Amino acid sequence: MKLSAKHSTLLLLALIIALAPIFFPSAYYFRIGSVVFVNAVAVVGIVILTGYAGQISLGHAGFSGIGGYACALAPVHLGLHPALAAVLGAVVSGVMAYLVGRPILRLKGYYLAVASLGFGILVSMVLANETAITGGPDGIKVADLGLRTLLADAGVPLTNAQFWYAFSGICLLIGSWLALNLHDSPTGRALRALHGSEIAARTVGVDVARAKVTAFVISAVYASVAGSLIALQNRMITPDVAGYMHSIEMVTMAVLGGAGSVLGAILGATILTLLPQALTVFQQYEQIMLGLVMMLVMIFMREGLLPSLTALVRGRGE
Amino acid sequence: MTELLQFLLSGITVGAVYALVALGFTIIYNASDVVNFAQGEFVMLGGMITVFAYKAGLPIPVAALFAILLTAAIGVAFNRVAIETARGAPVVSLIIITIGASIFIQGVAQVVFGKELHRLPSFSGDDPIRILEATILPQSFWVIGGAMVVFVGLWLFFTRTLLGRAVLATSNNRVAAQLVGINTGFVMTLSFGLSAGIGALAGVLITPITLTSYQVGIALALKGFAGAMLGGMGNPKGALIGGLMLGLLESVTAGYLSSQYKDAVAFVVILAVLFAMPQGLFGRKATERV
Amino acid sequence: MRKTLIKAALAFSVAFPAAALADIKIGATISETGPASFLGDPEAKTLKMLVDQLNASGGIKGEKIKLFLYDDGGDPNKARTFATRLIEDDGVVAIIGGTTTGTSMSVIPVAEEAKVPFISLAGAIEIIDPVRPNTFKTPHTDKMACEKIFDDMKKRGFTKIAMISGTDGFGASMRTQCLAVAPTYGITVVAEETYGPRDADMTPQLTNIRGKSDVQALLNPGFGQGPAIVTRNYAQLGITLPFYQSHGVASNSFIELAGAKAAEGIRLPGTALLVGDLLPENDAQRPVVMAYKTAYEKAFNTPVSTFGGYAHDAFAILVDALKRAGSTKPAAIRDAIEKTSGLVGTTGTVTMSAKDHLGLDLGSFRMLEIRNGGWALVK
Repeated sequence: MKLSAKHSTLLLLALIIALAPIFFPSAYYFRIGSVVFVNAVAVVGIVILTGYAGQISLGHAGFSGIGGYACALAPVHLGLHPALAAVLGAVVSGVMAYLVGRPILRLKGYYLAVASLGFGILVSMVLANETAITGGPDGIKVADLGLRTLLADAGVPLTNAQFWYAFSGICLLIGSWLALNLHDSPTGRALRALHGSEIAARTVGVDVARAKVTAFVISAVYASVAGSLIALQNRMITPDVAGYMHSIEMVTMAVLGGAGSVLGAILGATILTLLPQALTVFQQYEQIMLGLVMMLVMIFMREGLLPSLTALVRGRGE
Repeated sequence: MTELLQFLLSGITVGAVYALVALGFTIIYNASDVVNFAQGEFVMLGGMITVFAYKAGLPIPVAALFAILLTAAIGVAFNRVAIETARGAPVVSLIIITIGASIFIQGVAQVVFGKELHRLPSFSGDDPIRILEATILPQSFWVIGGAMVVFVGLWLFFTRTLLGRAVLATSNNRVAAQLVGINTGFVMTLSFGLSAGIGALAGVLITPITLTSYQVGIALALKGFAGAMLGGMGNPKGALIGGLMLGLLESVTAGYLSSQYKDAVAFVVILAVLFAMPQGLFGRKATERV
Repeated sequence: MRKTLIKAALAFSVAFPAAALADIKIGATISETGPASFLGDPEAKTLKMLVDQLNASGGIKGEKIKLFLYDDGGDPNKARTFATRLIEDDGVVAIIGGTTTGTSMSVIPVAEEAKVPFISLAGAIEIIDPVRPNTFKTPHTDKMACEKIFDDMKKRGFTKIAMISGTDGFGASMRTQCLAVAPTYGITVVAEETYGPRDADMTPQLTNIRGKSDVQALLNPGFGQGPAIVTRNYAQLGITLPFYQSHGVASNSFIELAGAKAAEGIRLPGTALLVGDLLPENDAQRPVVMAYKTAYEKAFNTPVSTFGGYAHDAFAILVDALKRAGSTKPAAIRDAIEKTSGLVGTTGTVTMSAKDHLGLDLGSFRMLEIRNGGWALVK
């Protein structure tokens, strides 16, 4: 039986997530794993926006901020369960993305970059300045998701790190599955047509404005869910989550691994999350090496790591 | 009335800082269509190298010249090693290369210079100059003057010199420029050298006002980038006016509305301008190639 | 693909061989870079220096200290990861750090769950109030700084003041605390402004403050370059209001950055660290602060700051506890830290209890005034 590319990707991902713990020497690796998965969720959203539709956003962390603070604020002010708060955050992010996206997606290239950057900065500014509601730059506490206790009661006791490894791993699988489905759907084809050339897409009957906004809204929901996961896992959230550097980090992860494919993006998220951990050995040279890696990969592997490596392997095989 | 005047003077001071940074973006963008997110690091290098050369005993003008030349050389090297090699890469990749360079330069500066804040003495003293009831520091005039000189210089360069036109030609169509005999490699070298040098000059001039440390580059680059986009990327006039407008917007907002949301108001105005004029105030109309 | 990942994972674990023969492992997660590096840098330098000093002099009862120090860049998410790494992977018996309130709050759940003592270096009162079994801190709370300042203002008869605060974590937290505690001292904040941590000019805000005729004094909670620029703008505008800065700028480098002329007459609550040589010979803090100041300035050729002092005190508390604990089990160390009594640090004399995991009183803050480019004690 031959599996489709989509299913083999998902199967591979599921196997890695399930089997990797065998090699974990300590609980710290579960934490690292969960951070990788959370980052990857956001980055899969960027794949849809940048990889499929060819649009740049330097402000997506703003949506992570909305998702994260929804989990902090909605349980307190609206009495929502944290899980529902995350859903609310995703809805708010989607609506915001729709409202913001319609006008700014008319812009191209660097102009789109600066407009999205402005949006991200506005969100992080509100989060940092409205101290009375958001707790200001020092952040705010987040309620317990409660799922771990439920599992323990049901006879599946997990440590905190293990639970979040599994939970964010499952979120990533679902996110990847949706993104892969989208890829082959009519919307996905419209997005990819748009990536090639807007004018060409328009001539074959793609509603360009609508396709772009769709991609923007979907990717915003991914970023929002990632923000909620960070907040719920850390049990606290600060405006840093919505910061400019976080937006840059998301785009870099996607492009470094290969923004065109879900697996590439996940690889990018993995590398950029592990790199700072591996570089602690070099202490003060960490930034130098991070900058160097970003430049070298982009210069010599323009399509990103995964596509370039795949091409290399195939080239050798022939 | 006194307040308004003081707000305006403050806005012009800050705006001139942004304009100087924004002007640095212009040349590289014109030559290569790359927005260099590492431009802020050139500003940082200009200030930091001058500070350390000055502390080592060099007089400020010599230290400044040294800093500007060294930074220009770094700019040229960056072009050779990274930008030329990555020619033809998509916009996202170029953004990430220049951001990578920015992180790299910051990392080196942090190792070489340490993490402390530094300041240069003001060039003409610290006695405020009184204009009616408002005051301005003499150093502000250095910054404003610097922005004007760079602007006029660039404007003359792009409109009156053969070399300047060669830069524009290279940006419009590299192959065609080569066909008519323009040494595009040299044009790129020159552009990066000039941009980095202008950035470093900005760093020297603003350090007595803004202070400097290894991490001032990002914030300056963001504001300069926003100013340049507001005015229209690639146009020296746009960079100057965009930068000044951004500074004035911030200070008037801080004065009359809310100091907490002055940056927010500035970005809202930028967004509004871009919606109405997607190429910025003075940007050239680009035609999309099919 | 999977092979490469497994290989990467293996390479990754090979890159971190277990620490060789370390005797007592202690951990630290500090914001050495990022927006709070102005605080974190002297903290990290201090810890490294003190560990070297202690090991050179034979360690604790012959056992050497092995320090695992990570740079969280001020990001709470990273701080939590590093805290997990310190506890689960490096196997430390105590953690120092959390330069900012945000990073500290994200380390707390990890430390509390693993029952490893954690000494924070951040200001906010939430860290130790309510008291958590394993969480301690060394710096004064922001509230105490406000109280010290308002106390001095009250003595000078000021009741109506203006505030201009940084919007960074430090400035925002102190602003909130000061606004909350002002009424207790009969002080009304009649004008309030803020500025961003990277702003280049604050004259518009100061002009507005100058325009309010009933303001009697000015307070600027903040750290980094902001307060230096505020001070220069204050001089530029010729404002003559009595000017108070916060403990965030308690360092000689502030006077250098703001300019001695502009900073003349500024008052701020500081620790004994800045005025060690002005203290009377019999002051218990004098030898402690002089020893630290001399060693630090010799080693790094930069002036000491209050923040480095916080790290110094955290380490001193930990070493003192290790000596008394009689075991290197986290639980024993925790108990010993809670019993810290009369420990003289740079910030003050620390006496902790089950109800007080800070152990400092208001008296350990000293009101300082900048005179002729140096510090003077306000009586």
